[in-house]
Amino acid sequence: MSLGSVPLKYKISIDRDQCMKCMRCVDNCSYGVYRIEDDKILIDSRKCTACHRCISMCPRDAINLQEKPVDYRSHPLWTAEAREDVINQARTGKIILAGMGNARDYPIIFDRLVLDACQVTNPSIDPLREPMELRTYIGKKPAKLEFTKNNGDVELKTKLAPNLKLDTPIMIGHMSYGAISLNAQLSLAKAVAKTGTFMGTGEGGMHESIYPYQNHTIVQIASGRFGVDINYLERGAAIEIKVGQGAKPGIGGHLPGEKVCSDVSCTRMIPLGSDAISPAPHHDIYSIEDLAQLVRSLKEATNWEKPVFVKIAAVHNVAAIAAGIARSDADAVVVDGFKGGTGAAPKVFRDNVGIPIEAAIAAVDEKLNEQGIRNKVSLIASGGIRNSADITKSIALGADAVYIGTASLIALGCRVCGNCYRGLCPWGIATQKQELVDRIDPEIGSENVANLINAWTLEISELMGAAGLNSIESLRGNRERLRGYMLDQGLLDVLKIESVGA
Amino acid sequence: MCGIIGVIDRTMSRMDGSSIKEALSLMDERGSGEGAGYVAYGIYPDYADCYAIHVFFDNLLEPKTEVDCILQKWGRIVHQEEIPTYEQPGLKKEHIPWRYFFKPYTDLMVGTTNPDDDNVKHLVMTVNSTVEGALIFSSGINLGVFKASGWPEDVANFYRIEDYKGYIWLAHNRYPTNTSGWWGGAHPFNLLDWSVVHNGEITSYGTNRRYVESNGYDCTMSTDTEVVAYLFDLLGRRHGLPSETVVTALAPPFWDVIDEMPEKKEEFLRTLRLTYGPALMNGPFAIVVATKDGIVGFTDRIKLRPLVVGENGSRLYISSEEAAIRTMDPEVETIYMPRAGEPVIGRVTE
Ligand code: SF4
Ligand code: SF4
Repeated sequence: MSLGSVPLKYKISIDRDQCMKCMRCVDNCSYGVYRIEDDKILIDSRKCTACHRCISMCPRDAINLQEKPVDYRSHPLWTAEAREDVINQARTGKIILAGMGNARDYPIIFDRLVLDACQVTNPSIDPLREPMELRTYIGKKPAKLEFTKNNGDVELKTKLAPNLKLDTPIMIGHMSYGAISLNAQLSLAKAVAKTGTFMGTGEGGMHESIYPYQNHTIVQIASGRFGVDINYLERGAAIEIKVGQGAKPGIGGHLPGEKVCSDVSCTRMIPLGSDAISPAPHHDIYSIEDLAQLVRSLKEATNWEKPVFVKIAAVHNVAAIAAGIARSDADAVVVDGFKGGTGAAPKVFRDNVGIPIEAAIAAVDEKLNEQGIRNKVSLIASGGIRNSADITKSIALGADAVYIGTASLIALGCRVCGNCYRGLCPWGIATQKQELVDRIDPEIGSENVANLINAWTLEISELMGAAGLNSIESLRGNRERLRGYMLDQGLLDVLKIESVGA
Repeated sequence: MCGIIGVIDRTMSRMDGSSIKEALSLMDERGSGEGAGYVAYGIYPDYADCYAIHVFFDNLLEPKTEVDCILQKWGRIVHQEEIPTYEQPGLKKEHIPWRYFFKPYTDLMVGTTNPDDDNVKHLVMTVNSTVEGALIFSSGINLGVFKASGWPEDVANFYRIEDYKGYIWLAHNRYPTNTSGWWGGAHPFNLLDWSVVHNGEITSYGTNRRYVESNGYDCTMSTDTEVVAYLFDLLGRRHGLPSETVVTALAPPFWDVIDEMPEKKEEFLRTLRLTYGPALMNGPFAIVVATKDGIVGFTDRIKLRPLVVGENGSRLYISSEEAAIRTMDPEVETIYMPRAGEPVIGRVTE
């Protein structure tokens, strides 16, 4: 092999004085880093993905993992990554796949936004003593109230379109059964039921064991139409048409055949072991009219009882696209930013296509507001939301609610190792290997995810209270409560916020 | 801080401005000498069918020529004059207050249910956002706002408030915190028939502003109270909600309370809250809003600012302080404090 191999990424070592040879590392590593020979644990660091499973399972804290320092000649343009990608592609002639979100060092806009707090003249509100309202309704809202007045009495004429009622503005985004394991999905489903919110099923259909939580699910329809039939549509509390995804705008989904076990094949309604490919275009949507038609057919099929969402990736003209969607009878637009996670994406897409969610949400909210149709649809932000501050800022920029993805997986153990596409997830998340899947106990998993949602909900209440707000309606689109720190004027204009000190 | 007081005589018998001046001055501690103002309804019986348009001009050359031009394009100026003012040692005259009595050309606004009002609203927005050196601060029929930077008594004497007689009066003593004390920033804020005095801060301003702007209002006075007038105009006039429903939309009950209500009421309030979420106001406030047939006072949902109500026969008083009400009317009978978010309404009985 003329090119040789690229250097290893991580170096694992075991403190032999500490090690008690319990062999848990050997059992836990699904990538085969550890093996036993003559009663000795041997290490193949090259296979390590830094998933941290061994470290967190070692009873003696005997394992040490280090990122290997670059041993190329240092060069500002030809980074180690750039060189290694060339080497790997020269060798294989293939597209480089990657898992999880954008791994480039782009500035994080969220971290350059600061929130407001009350001082003297405007008392902050203590959420422990005063009611704090985070309840959020997702769906169409009328532009104005219609009523009839008969001698002083006001009789309501307006009938609300179906809305989802959320106890917190945090939902869990779409991760399909197939991309993630059943136990992972079950954990998420139990968690959203506990916390009064919703999760997306992803495009993989709905497995029977999710049925008890179906009132908390949003069923997704991607171009592949996997698992879609009338029962599926009727089970969801809402329906989502996936047009694009933040991690890979402009391309479709691909679940490799190895992950299509019998259960996945049943749920998706595809043959066992076959690749599940949902191409980028829906072959019945080539224009906004087509999309509008699909939205209406889905509503018609479900008796106009369910909100229909449309999910798009954040791209340059996202605001105009969202405005079109808002006029299509859709009840919510989901905008997925370019830091969104994924099971597998071509690395070149994941790292280079799309725009950050902060700018996308602000632009969409602004455009819809300008056109006087902001109330017609709800706006859901997703893609790279890491904590309660990101959520609060997203809402202040105009979102009604957010979808979290990666964060909910981290709550299940994920260490963002980025190897989901290999199907060997040692945490039992992005895998269909039963012995790995069994590592998640849905009861405990759901507890952790619910804890996360509850903790963030508390933090959002505190942030709102500090800003003197006791209802989330007053946070939504409230740019006054945000300032930009070290952002350029162009971006401040897009975000429609002022600079710190202003 | 800030002191507010309002009164309505339900039989529409008119009161002069002397007692409200006295009552407002009593609350000097709530102000800082940087802004005070009054509004009275029914003061222009001679022009009872005209819009009384009060303008602050920086000078009577360019800005006035421009405003004349805009007004003449949209209607007829029946009469115009400088609002009489009387020099006060403690008050620097920074603008020239002017009034027009104006009749809009109804046929210029098509496709609306109240073309006259829409016409005038449109020209208020146009002048305030495009004409440098002119600010329309009052635009209702048979009513007028009088305000300036200064202490309540100075402002009252400057305009000689006691010379006007109205059946509704609102007054405000300002302690500015958010924005500098300038004439335009003094209360009352007015658009058409709506006049607002406000004690507090609106933390939801960003959301409210964005909402009214998407409905064709321009916020030009760089203060949060402005949106209250526009919200009332939007919900009350254009959407036709009764005043108490507007108040409920602006300061709705908590969800827990709504959930417990009988089905029909629950549905009404849920629909109202979902429809008018962006109009919901947060932060500490006590507000009195007047329109030609009544006044309504209310506070924020957890009552972070004081509000007291007094009644005496046909008169209803709403104020920040009981003492102010008693100053205005030593014979006042009932005094009580409304609950958070609960509207107090005084309507004329015709
Ligand atoms: S898990 Fe830790 S203690 Fe157990 S064998 Fe591995 S390194 Fe040794
Ligand atoms: S889901 Fe599993 S494979 Fe994917 S990043 Fe997380 S730990 Fe790694």
